[in-house]
Amino acid sequence: MTNHAQLLPGTLDLLILRAVSLGPLHGYGVLLRIGQISGNALLIEQGALYPGLFRLVRQGLLKANWGTSDNNRRAKFYELTTAGRKRLREETDNWNRLATAMGAALAAQAGEI
Amino acid sequence: MKLLDSLRFRIAALFHRSQVNAEMEDELRSHIECRADDLERSGLQRAEAERRARIEFGGYQRFKEECREAAGVHFFETLLQDLRFALRTLRKSPGFAAVAIVTLALGIGANAVVFAVLNALILRPLNVPHAESLYAIERGSDKAINHSYPDYLDLRDRNRSFDGLAAYNVAPVGIDTGDSPSSAWICEVTANYFDVLSIQPYLGRFFHGSDEHGPNSAPYIVLTYAYWHAHFQDDRGVVGRVVRLNKHPFTILGVAPPEFQGTILFVAPDFWVPLVNQEQVEGLNVLNQRGNRVLLMVLGHLKAGVTPAQAIADLNSIGASLEKSYPKDDGQMTFTLASPALTGDWLGGPLRDFVTGLMLLAGLILLAACANLGSLFAARATDRSQEIAMRLALGSGRGRLLRQVFTEAILISLIGGAVGLWGSVLLLRALSVWRPLPAAPVHVPVTPDAHVYMVALLLALASGFLFGAVPVRQVLRTNPYQVIKSGSAGRAGRRVTARDLLLVVQISICAVLVTSSMVAVRGLLRSLHGHFGFDPKNAMLVETALSMAGYSGDELPAMHKRMIDAVQAIPGVQTVGSVDRLPVYYGANSSDVFADKTADLRPSNVAAEAMVYNISPGYFDAARTALLTGRSFTWHDDKASPRVAVVNREFAHRIFGSIPNAMGGHYKLGDGSRIQVVGVVEDGKYGSLAEDPQPAMFLPILQSPAGQSCLVVRSNRDPQQLAAAIRSTMRELDPGLPVTIETWSREMDAALFPSRVATVALGVLGLMGALLSVTGVFGMAAYSVSKRLKELGIRIALGARRKEVLHAALGRAFRLLTFGSAGGLLLGILASRVLASIVYEATPRDPLVLAAVVLAMSLLGLLATWIPARRALSIDPSILLRDE
Repeated sequence: MTNHAQLLPGTLDLLILRAVSLGPLHGYGVLLRIGQISGNALLIEQGALYPGLFRLVRQGLLKANWGTSDNNRRAKFYELTTAGRKRLREETDNWNRLATAMGAALAAQAGEI
Repeated sequence: MKLLDSLRFRIAALFHRSQVNAEMEDELRSHIECRADDLERSGLQRAEAERRARIEFGGYQRFKEECREAAGVHFFETLLQDLRFALRTLRKSPGFAAVAIVTLALGIGANAVVFAVLNALILRPLNVPHAESLYAIERGSDKAINHSYPDYLDLRDRNRSFDGLAAYNVAPVGIDTGDSPSSAWICEVTANYFDVLSIQPYLGRFFHGSDEHGPNSAPYIVLTYAYWHAHFQDDRGVVGRVVRLNKHPFTILGVAPPEFQGTILFVAPDFWVPLVNQEQVEGLNVLNQRGNRVLLMVLGHLKAGVTPAQAIADLNSIGASLEKSYPKDDGQMTFTLASPALTGDWLGGPLRDFVTGLMLLAGLILLAACANLGSLFAARATDRSQEIAMRLALGSGRGRLLRQVFTEAILISLIGGAVGLWGSVLLLRALSVWRPLPAAPVHVPVTPDAHVYMVALLLALASGFLFGAVPVRQVLRTNPYQVIKSGSAGRAGRRVTARDLLLVVQISICAVLVTSSMVAVRGLLRSLHGHFGFDPKNAMLVETALSMAGYSGDELPAMHKRMIDAVQAIPGVQTVGSVDRLPVYYGANSSDVFADKTADLRPSNVAAEAMVYNISPGYFDAARTALLTGRSFTWHDDKASPRVAVVNREFAHRIFGSIPNAMGGHYKLGDGSRIQVVGVVEDGKYGSLAEDPQPAMFLPILQSPAGQSCLVVRSNRDPQQLAAAIRSTMRELDPGLPVTIETWSREMDAALFPSRVATVALGVLGLMGALLSVTGVFGMAAYSVSKRLKELGIRIALGARRKEVLHAALGRAFRLLTFGSAGGLLLGILASRVLASIVYEATPRDPLVLAAVVLAMSLLGLLATWIPARRALSIDPSILLRDE
C-alpha cells in the first residue's frame, strides 16, 4: 500500500470526469477504470467516490441513467454532458500547466538558476 | 439557468425524498455487490467476499450522508427544520410575533392597495385589442384633449399614420323604454368607433361608418353589457327593439361584450349612440362648427410600423394647413399623443403624480416598518446572545445560524404579507363596486390581479431580507467565550448603534407621513369652510335637461322663466335663479375673450380665456354671489336689448385693469359680438376648488339660451318637503321632463371628492406612520429599561430622584425621538409642496400644521414611553438586587 499516492484535494472530480469520458460507466466501473488508467497507483476510498459523483451530477457535468451491468446487476450509469466535456478539457489543461510548472520547479538544480 | 436547474433539482429532491434515498441506497448497494462479485471470482466464499466488499467500501452511513449533501437533498430538510424552530420560537413570544406581523401586514397591505390602484389606473392598458398602439390625440401646448368635429374629419381623412380615427363625447340623456323615463349616461361616438377599436359584439351587431349619412341619420344604440344586464334582464330579444331617447325613437342594434366598458377608465357609459345624432341627444348640433371643440377625445390605432414621432409629424403637417385655412378657428394646431385611458394628460397627469406620491409614501411606510422590525430583531438577537453563544460553542456554523435568523424573518414577513394582502383585497373589492358620485357614471375599477399578488409577495420577501439583515453583524461578531463568561448583563454602550440610527430614520419617515396627512386634513377643513363665490348651504338644486324633453331654440328661455316663476311661488322659497352649468361640479365652459379694440379675432390675439355661465335674473341672489358694483340682470335683458354681461373681479382686472374701468366697458367674443359690462361680482371657484382665481363672465339666458338648466332654490324649509313640493310643481309644468333634485351641499361633496379621497388616503398613511413610530419608540424604550433594570435599581437604592431615573432610563429614547421628528418635519415640509396641487389650499408653512405635528409627535413619544417609564419608576431595588 505504501507505493499508493495520496489524492490531492479536488483531483477526484477530474479523475471521475476523465474516467467517464472514455465511455458510460457505473460507480464501481469508474473506480476500476481509474485504477486501470492510473496503473493502480492512486488510493481512493471506495465510498468516497459517490459524493463526488452526486456533486458532478448536480453541477450538470454528468448525467446518470439506470441500466444493467455486465454481470447482470442493476446499476446507475454515468456519462459526460457537454458542459462536463468542456470542464474536463479546461481542468486537464490546468493540471498539465500545474504539473509542468511543479516538475520544472522541483527539478531545478542550483547551477541552472 | 444553472440556478434554475439547481432549484428544480432541489424541489424534485424534496418531493421525491424517499425515492432519492432509496435510489442512493440501491446504487451504493449495487457497488458493494459488484465488488463482491469480483472478489468471489478471485476465489473467496460469497459471504466472505461480501464482508470484504463492505469493509473496502468504508463508512457506509457517512458516505450516504455526504452523498445526500452533495445531491442537495439537505437544503429543504434544513429549511423545514429551521421553519419548525422558527415557529416554535415565535409561539414562545406571541407578543413579539403579533407586533411584527401586524406591523408588516400594515406596511404590505398599504403597498398592495396603492399598487393595485397604480396598476389598475396607470400601468394596466385599456381592455381593447392591441391597446399598446392605441393613442388619443392632444392639441397645443396645454395638451387639450378636446377637438371640434370638422377638425376631427380633417385629421381622420388626411392622416397617413392611423388605421382609423374615432371620436367620442360623454353626455347625459333621457331614455324611455316604455314604462317610466329615466336618465342615463351615454357615449356619443363616431360610427366607426367599434371598428377602429376592433371590438366584436356580444349580441346583435354594431353600427359602422357606412351607417352615417349626415345629421340624425343613424338612430341606433348599442348597449353595454352591464346596462343590458341591469335594465333588460339579459333579454336576448332586445335587439331590434325601439326605445326613445329624449323622445326620439332609436333602435337597439346590439350589446357590447362584458369586458369592454368604453375607452375611459373612470367613466362607465350605459350605451353608445352615433355622434351624428347629436341634435336629438343634446338638443343642439354643433358638429358643423370648427371652433366648437365638443369632442371629448379623438383616438385610434397607429398603423403597423409607424412610430408615435412619425404620427405626430404627420398630424402636425395637417394641423399647419388647417391653421392656414381656418385662421379664425384653428390656432395652435400642434399635436402630441397620449394614452386614452385617463383622458390623456388632462386627468392622467395629476392622477399619475398623486398615485406615484402615494406609492412613495407607502414605500416609506414599509421602510419604516422594516426599520422597526429590524431594531426589534436586533434587540431579540441581543437577548438571545446566550443561546447563540451556546450554539456556536456546541459547533454550529455561523452560516447555519444566519440561515435560521433569515428563515424566521422571512416566515414573519410572509405571514404579515399574507394578512396584509388579505385585508387589501377586501378593501379593493369594496372600492371596485363603489360609485362615489351617485349622479355621474364614475367608478374606480381597481380589482387586484396577478401583478398585485406578485408585488405583495416580492415586497414581503424583500422586507424579510431587509429586517432579517439587521442582526447579521451581531450574530457574526458573537464571541461565545466572552458571552458565556460575562453573563447576560451587557455593557450599557454610549456609542451610537445601528439600532439608534434605524430608530431615528424610522421616526423621521413617520414624521413625514404625519406632516403630510396633517397638511391634507387642514386643507380639507379649510375647503369645507372656504369661500367659493357661492354658498351651498340652504340651497336646493333642481337640474333639468330641457333638451332631453324636446325643448329647443326660443322655447328654452321661455320654459326657464316658467319654471323659475313656478318654483318661486312655492311657500318658503326665498329666491330662485338658474344657471346652465353648476360651478365646480361640472367644471365650466370657457370662451375666448378679446379686447374691444381688437379687430382681428384670431386665437393668437385672445386677451383671456374666461369661464362662461348663462344665468337667469336672480341667480346671484339665489347663489349668494356678492355683487361688488353695478347691477345684476333683469328679464328685460333679452334679444331686443344690447348684449350685456356681469363679470367677476379677476375678469375686470385682467381685461380692463380695474373694477371702475370695467363698469360700462365693452369686450368681444370669438364670434365678434360686442358685450357691455354692467356689473362686477366677487371671484369664485369655477373649474375646481384648488384652482387659482379665474376670469369669469355671466351672460343673461334670454340673450344666450342654454339647453341645460339648473335651478338654485334658496329656502330655509326642510329639504325633503321642499324637494317634494318642487317635484310636484315641475310635474304640473311638464310631466315628461326628467328632474333631479338635490341639496347643493350634497353636490359639493362630489366636487370635494378628489381632495377628500386624497385626505383620507394621506390620513390613513399618516395614522399608520404614527402607529409605527409608537411601536418603534415603545420597543426601544421598553428594551432599554429592561436592559438596565439592575443599574436603575442601584441608582434608586442610592437615592436618585424620579427625574434622574427617568432621564437615565429614557433620555436616549427622547433624544432620538426629537432628532427623528425634526428631520421628518423638515422633509415633510418639502414633500407637502406636492400636495398643494391636489389638496385645496394645502400649505405646509401653516403654523397650525407645524404646531400640530410637533404636538402629535410629542404625544406619540409620551404615549410610547409611558409604560416603560412607569416600569422604570416602579422598580423596587430590594427585590431586584436580591434577584441575582
